[in-house]
Amino acid sequence: MRLELQGITKRFGSLVANDGIDLTFEPGEIHALLGENGAGKSTLMNVLYGLYQPDGGRIVVDGTPRTFAGPGEAMAAGIGMVHQHFMLIPVFTVAENVVLGHEPVAGGGLIDLAQARRRVKEISDRFGFDVDPDALVEDLPVGVQQRVEIIKALSRDAEVLILDEPTAVLTPQETDELIAIMRQLKEAGTSVVFITHKLREVRAVADTISVIRRGKVVGTASPQDSEVQLASLMVGRSVTLAVEKAPAQPGDATFQVRDLTVLDPRGVAVVDDVSFDVRRGEILAIAGVQGNGQTELTETILGLRSPSAGQLLLDGKDLGPLTVGEVIEAGVGFVPEDRTTDGLIASFSIAENLVLDMHSSPQFARAGSLSPAKVAANAATRVEEFDIRAGSVQDPVSTLSGGNQQKVVLAREMSRPLRLLVASQPTRGLDVGSIEFVHKRIVAERDGGTPVIIVSTELDEVLALADRIAVMYRGSIIGTVDGGASADRDVLGLMMAGVPLEQARAQAAGHHTALAEADVLADGPDPLVAQVHDAPAAAPGPETPAVPATPVTPTPSPEEER
Amino acid sequence: MTTTAQAPTPAEPQATEPAREKRGYLQQVLDSSTTTIVVAIVIALILASLLVVAADPASQKALAYVFARPGDFFGAAWDAVYSTYSALFRGAIFDPQASGARQVRPITETMVSSVPLIFAGLGLGIGFRSGLFNIGAQGQVLIGAAAGAWVGFAVPMPAGLHVLVVCVAAAVAGGVWAGIAGFLKARTGASEVIVTIMLNSIAAYLVAYLLTTSVLRQPGSTRPITPPVKDTAVMPLLLGDQFRLHLGFVLAILAAVGVWWLMERSTLGFRFRAVGANQDAARTAGIKVTTVYVLVMLVAGGLAGLGGAMQIVGTDKTFQASSAGSIGFDAITVALLGRSRPLGTVLAALLFGALRAGSPLMQTAAGTPIDLVLVIQAVIVLLIAAPPLVRELSLVHWAAVPFGYDRKKAAA
Repeated sequence: MRLELQGITKRFGSLVANDGIDLTFEPGEIHALLGENGAGKSTLMNVLYGLYQPDGGRIVVDGTPRTFAGPGEAMAAGIGMVHQHFMLIPVFTVAENVVLGHEPVAGGGLIDLAQARRRVKEISDRFGFDVDPDALVEDLPVGVQQRVEIIKALSRDAEVLILDEPTAVLTPQETDELIAIMRQLKEAGTSVVFITHKLREVRAVADTISVIRRGKVVGTASPQDSEVQLASLMVGRSVTLAVEKAPAQPGDATFQVRDLTVLDPRGVAVVDDVSFDVRRGEILAIAGVQGNGQTELTETILGLRSPSAGQLLLDGKDLGPLTVGEVIEAGVGFVPEDRTTDGLIASFSIAENLVLDMHSSPQFARAGSLSPAKVAANAATRVEEFDIRAGSVQDPVSTLSGGNQQKVVLAREMSRPLRLLVASQPTRGLDVGSIEFVHKRIVAERDGGTPVIIVSTELDEVLALADRIAVMYRGSIIGTVDGGASADRDVLGLMMAGVPLEQARAQAAGHHTALAEADVLADGPDPLVAQVHDAPAAAPGPETPAVPATPVTPTPSPEEER
Repeated sequence: MTTTAQAPTPAEPQATEPAREKRGYLQQVLDSSTTTIVVAIVIALILASLLVVAADPASQKALAYVFARPGDFFGAAWDAVYSTYSALFRGAIFDPQASGARQVRPITETMVSSVPLIFAGLGLGIGFRSGLFNIGAQGQVLIGAAAGAWVGFAVPMPAGLHVLVVCVAAAVAGGVWAGIAGFLKARTGASEVIVTIMLNSIAAYLVAYLLTTSVLRQPGSTRPITPPVKDTAVMPLLLGDQFRLHLGFVLAILAAVGVWWLMERSTLGFRFRAVGANQDAARTAGIKVTTVYVLVMLVAGGLAGLGGAMQIVGTDKTFQASSAGSIGFDAITVALLGRSRPLGTVLAALLFGALRAGSPLMQTAAGTPIDLVLVIQAVIVLLIAAPPLVRELSLVHWAAVPFGYDRKKAAA
């Protein structure tokens, strides 16, 4: 089946999630859709699967334009989808899950479970899946559950199988098995659409690579292209927001992280033996692909998590054992990565949100009684100072636009004397004007002598702001480079993919001078072999379990809005 | 590698809230929760009157020949409904048939009945606004009443002081009882809904047991009832011996003002509300969420316990297992009806107090079963829980459509 997307456009309010996307999926092809979080990949697939109706463009199946009113119609047309979060009923058996929604009926209106079992067995045997039709789904490991999803799609005669970030939940071994399955499907003539932001996997398995950025297809690549090329295409060179800033005048290193290790509830090290310094009057950016321990690092600084080893020294005092309130008291300003969840209380007024973490300070309260007048006066000052576009400071903060909401968070955090500023994704989802404003304020805070830590997955932002850049990969800092003009985007992109600094420099240099050789060297004849060769370079050995992609809650992106 | 044009996208369009139009005045009034509540009460009264007619023997008889003489049926139906509601009114608000000061006795009875509901409802409202669904007011009322009664009959004390100590003991007992649920939630994450429901049962059986022991039972009696509280522990009456209205009503109003201050003006209430509205943001702002859980339950339970004590030292004078009646459960309705706000809670408690105070006269004078009051309460709750249903059933809302009222907008 040949599936074409022609000029697909999907808008959410003023946000254009998909902007005139043209793609063709050939039969028997593994087609990777590469793009960052929020680039519009999942929205596009939801349009294809009938969950969203496109605002423009059309879907063409084997030369015939089709519209899908819902997943049922998409399935009937031969499109199957395996969601990132499985759509299985844990207490049902594999066979029951597979036939759910189109149960074979035996006499007397009963479900023909024998036939269901046969169907599972047949598909399972054909592809060597080794799945027991009578096992309860909840008892199966994640990798096998994913196979159940694939069987489910295949049992409905899917000719195009969409896999949405299928490796996010898998161990490296399971990923290898999935890659083998994808190849088998391809052999059998099924087209596989593989959505991911992981460069290595793409190069290992894809026949065609389409890169999506900000709702547009920005290019196609072949698996022979180097990771450097893919990374630069995915991250994009487009917007470099020039931030006017004087060279840093770094002072003493007043914030020092020493051998910090943080374990998640399962005992996996999400921050793994991290050490770094931040000096007064300098911005340290922590770059990295989302889910590599940055969130946990900042939450540990704030005291939302406790370190299992190591120290966080602010002015010589360890923040590790302190509560969040005490850390704030010690002068830490914190801009959380998800302002709607962690930064603001939507139903509270702008004025109340502006004093959220200072409501009991003598500035606003006396003897346990808040002064509404002082809270309102403070709000008036901040709204003016930070150019927050609001009707009244008594309006709920939810009435503000994203940019203005973020300004509220910044205004609050910067309205007290700071000894350290930690800002995660400070400009996520903001328009250019707000981004500029936020960047200016952060630089101003630095110039005032505050050590600043910026966590960002946007390379542009990192390059624009940072005086030094530390790259996090799988919970560790894989390397630190100077910011400014000397920072090399290609090197950073490689480091974000887990290549250590020296190797990344060599690869990036090779890329500029001898592109062909570098690719041959990096690839070898079989992409999978190349991946194994590369693996030891990627910090922890292949037997080390990957840091599971932490489910980071992003600010509501179009992909989340259902 | 083929790279198609990478048009720089300078502006990432930002997701804005759907522009909220300024609603017209009519729209605002009709969609407000106050209107919903008032209409719900009216609808409940209308539905209840259908039941009154159905249960009325005269109407039943007239219904048999309704097509021959419809006037008979509608006359009988009107009589039944009129006599029911007028009896309810005479029992709850003002009785023109009584003589002298006794004419206003019904309204004071309504106020007396509302006192425990106000206290318990205020406590529940604090919980609801802080994100804690405390179902345990019944147990907290019972424990508070038991503690207040014990201090009232067992501990001799000078007048004045005694009443105060009774109140403190009841508040502490109710607070600790609710605090168990708060503590368990803070420590172990146990659902406060389940724990408070279970604590209701435990409280009921605990006092039932204590009433069979010498701790609470009147010496020499076999009935599970405490001795009467000492005169020093009785709430002073406000309007003399003719009326049962006691100081507790004033205390309830003061408590409502206090709760308003707590939730709207104090730093503690700010933390309560912050945790209720967004735990994650509260935690990130340095608020100790688990401490808030415990404090909220202490305050809520303390108020419920006070409500229980009011029933004993204000009205009943002795304590038995049935003293708490259904105060704790009615208080949940009261808090919901009052939108968890102090003023709303007081008004809702007065309404429920009126239904309770007026129902005996309704039964004796109009012959309408007292259960009708429960039906009215239940229908109100049902309608409050479904505002769209209220708008669907409301003639007012339909009648407003020609004047520019948009019924669909309300859903937004």
